[in-house]
Amino acid sequence: MFDLLGIVRAAVLNGTPLLFGTSGEILTQKSGNMNLGVEGLMFMGGAFGLAGAFAYSTIAGDAASGLVAILVAIVCAFAAGFLGSLVFSFLTVTLKANQNVTGLALTIFGTGVGQFVGEVMRLRIGGNVTIPNALKNAFVRPVMPAFLRNIPVLGDLLFNYNLFVYVGVVMVIIMSLILNHTRMGLNLRAVGESPATADAAGISVNRYRYLATCIGGGISALGGMVYIMTISGCVWNYSALSGEGWIAVALVIFCFWKPINSLWGSVLFGALLIMYLKVPLPFIPTQIYRIVPYIATIAVLILVSMKQKKENQPPQGLGVNYFREDR
Amino acid sequence: MEEKVPFVRVTRRQDFKKSNVWMIRILAFVIALVLGCFVFLLCGVSPIQAYAEIVKGAFGKMTGIRQTAKIMIPLLGTALALAPCFKMKYWNIGAEGQITMGAIGAAFFAINFHDKLPGAVLLVVMALAGMILGGLWSAVPAFFKSKWGTNETLFTLMLNYIAIGIVAWLQGGPWEGKEGSQIVPNFASNAILPKIGGIYCGWIIVLALVFFMYFYMNRTKHGYEIAVLGDSENTARYAGMDVTKVIVRTALISGAISGLVGFMLASGANQTIYSGIAANNGFTAITVAWLSQLNPFAMVLISALLAGLSKGSSSLKTAMGVPGSISDIITGIILLCLLGCEFFINYRLVFRHKEEKDV
Repeated sequence: MFDLLGIVRAAVLNGTPLLFGTSGEILTQKSGNMNLGVEGLMFMGGAFGLAGAFAYSTIAGDAASGLVAILVAIVCAFAAGFLGSLVFSFLTVTLKANQNVTGLALTIFGTGVGQFVGEVMRLRIGGNVTIPNALKNAFVRPVMPAFLRNIPVLGDLLFNYNLFVYVGVVMVIIMSLILNHTRMGLNLRAVGESPATADAAGISVNRYRYLATCIGGGISALGGMVYIMTISGCVWNYSALSGEGWIAVALVIFCFWKPINSLWGSVLFGALLIMYLKVPLPFIPTQIYRIVPYIATIAVLILVSMKQKKENQPPQGLGVNYFREDR
Repeated sequence: MEEKVPFVRVTRRQDFKKSNVWMIRILAFVIALVLGCFVFLLCGVSPIQAYAEIVKGAFGKMTGIRQTAKIMIPLLGTALALAPCFKMKYWNIGAEGQITMGAIGAAFFAINFHDKLPGAVLLVVMALAGMILGGLWSAVPAFFKSKWGTNETLFTLMLNYIAIGIVAWLQGGPWEGKEGSQIVPNFASNAILPKIGGIYCGWIIVLALVFFMYFYMNRTKHGYEIAVLGDSENTARYAGMDVTKVIVRTALISGAISGLVGFMLASGANQTIYSGIAANNGFTAITVAWLSQLNPFAMVLISALLAGLSKGSSSLKTAMGVPGSISDIITGIILLCLLGCEFFINYRLVFRHKEEKDV
């Protein structure tokens, strides 16, 4: 009998980077910008998050506090994603470059930068860069109070995770509320659905697209940081991180562009990613087992496109640059 | 009327001289190189020395040129494969997987039939098998795209990981050489492409493809259909074109060429197959195709440039201890600059006081 609780826990932990990556990209796409650079953004987030925490631990020495290290990692990763998306927004919103190609260029650039930062750290210090164990522990330590964690089964299932799991859940709920229940969210959705209409109503299309894309990119980059700092144990791991960003983009479709859906979508894909480790099936070779998440993504893509339900469609203006004179 | 005129506004540019267009592109390239200087300064090396080292490493000696060409062959071939897809505004980013599937097809015959078929026949069969597998790998998402509008960007992308996973399984399972090695043994000598001029003869195939693709895109009915469909699907339907057929056929041809590249990589460059055989060519080729505005002759130039950058960076790594990933960063910067400069070719900035003069 396999350990169901263990699988769910692993699925949540492995799904958290996807939760950030996907919800950030949902925010971006809601504004009508299709940023295919998530893979690059997550690489930059991972590399700069680790570099920030490492720099802090070297400067602070023995006095380093875990909370500050986490904050530094978050700020560095978010800033990296924000700046990367700023380049994307400038090219697509202001200079009206093709969104697909710009996104791919951002992926090439971002994975290059991520790998570069990782390599520089390795060359400078020698060996794999990592931070002291006490700080490492701060990133993966459960944050909920002991009485909650000690509830049988339920404690392990719900309250025994690291900080980022809860930050992610709260962030997604806030994002969902803003999108659906505020004037700002309504404006943003209008910009994504029909920029010309929004423009005529006096909403600044450019400002909303810039803001949503940059903040969304920053959130996506946090996903890369969470992956490196929790799953890969604060060590730069190029090959493990690659592919995460693309799955996050696919998950956006899976979630029908609703942030709240990414809560369970990311856990499901987190489970698919680790099934080959947790539930080995003797008749399926590991290498074939590992491609299951990609097959599942394709199945989802096909099903979603065949069903064509009205409320499950992408924003109408997605991927199209807005130019007032073309109205 | 007291309405405020904005300080600067953007308007479409209609006719623009060819020479100006190239001036702007060259300027953007120079700006990219200047931005690249900062990356070198960050690493603590002199940018001028670094660029000189890159040029020397890539084109300085005959061995360097051969290695640059070896990088360039699959890159150019894949960019040519992608051109018709992009012309059709069909975002095939699955060339990586199509190359890998092509390599699988070629390797299957190289491993199982090398003692049953004579050399020339074996090579032809390998190439055909690669083209068929690559073509099918590309036609499936195209079919779904044309029938139900399934997102082809993500579909083709996911197929990359599946193809790579299949090779990873083959190389550790059915095709493994020494047990536990995870390596497929080198092909028999009759399954290896002969060398011409010190490089495997893939370069002749790719150069022939340049002319073929130029002809196909500009001088055939297929090419015309692709161009119309790319501009407007409704126009294509109205003109009586079978949109499904055109999309699937174009994707099939594109995938078949990528598969051919996979065959060349397996049979010529590596003489074996492994999971990373496509080596990111599928992705870099997208940018090559786009930067050359889908013009096959421009692709020769751009792919030579990027291949030189990649080869030069690896000599830079050994000479100055700079991380090899710097070539990705510089490629990214060049790409972003060239994408941005298209704005100044297609649009014009109108400043406020000039406006008043017009009125």
